[in-house]
Amino acid sequence: MTKSELVELIASKQTQLSVKDVELAVKTIIEHMSQALAEGQRIEIRGFGSFSLHHRAARVGRNPKTGESVQLPAKYVPHFKPGKELREQVNESVGQDY
Amino acid sequence: MTALTKAEMAERLYEELGLNKREAKEMVEAFFGEIRDALSHNEQVKLSGFGNFDLRDKKERPGRNPKTGEEIPISARRVVTFRPGQKLKQKVEAYAGTQS
Repeated sequence: MTKSELVELIASKQTQLSVKDVELAVKTIIEHMSQALAEGQRIEIRGFGSFSLHHRAARVGRNPKTGESVQLPAKYVPHFKPGKELREQVNESVGQDY
Repeated sequence: MTALTKAEMAERLYEELGLNKREAKEMVEAFFGEIRDALSHNEQVKLSGFGNFDLRDKKERPGRNPKTGEEIPISARRVVTFRPGQKLKQKVEAYAGTQS
């Protein structure tokens, strides 16, 4: 499912908002989450999961073309930990044919 | 800094887009609800600019009860993984502070 399919799906299940409104709302939610993570803020959605940042230490990398060493600085990467409900729901689908 | 929750996301939809409070709350619920439903029907979810929620099937593997040392197999299972998109990775990379 893509973002636009998600928008269509949400729009089709309610009557008050247009597809355009839903599109803008979905964009706003995603932008809010990106912004939070960019500021080092965790996101906690009960039943779904949590997003946080994981630290990656500085390391010496290599340019695969030239073989030259490059110093790569420490950085943060986004991490998602699925919540219990999501884990269970997803695992229940094993062996079912969709 | 406290964590971002659904309540604050709904609040922003109310403030910025003028959805009423009920619409805003339902929108946030629908957003995560539909993603969860897709994943539980074994469907990958791709949110461009943010990242992809993928599904992986894990085979059964040997495990151990850490308390008793007893060997118990870990059953085959399906798990969700999140792969952040390029845009999100770039935004986060520069973050220098310590996380709350």
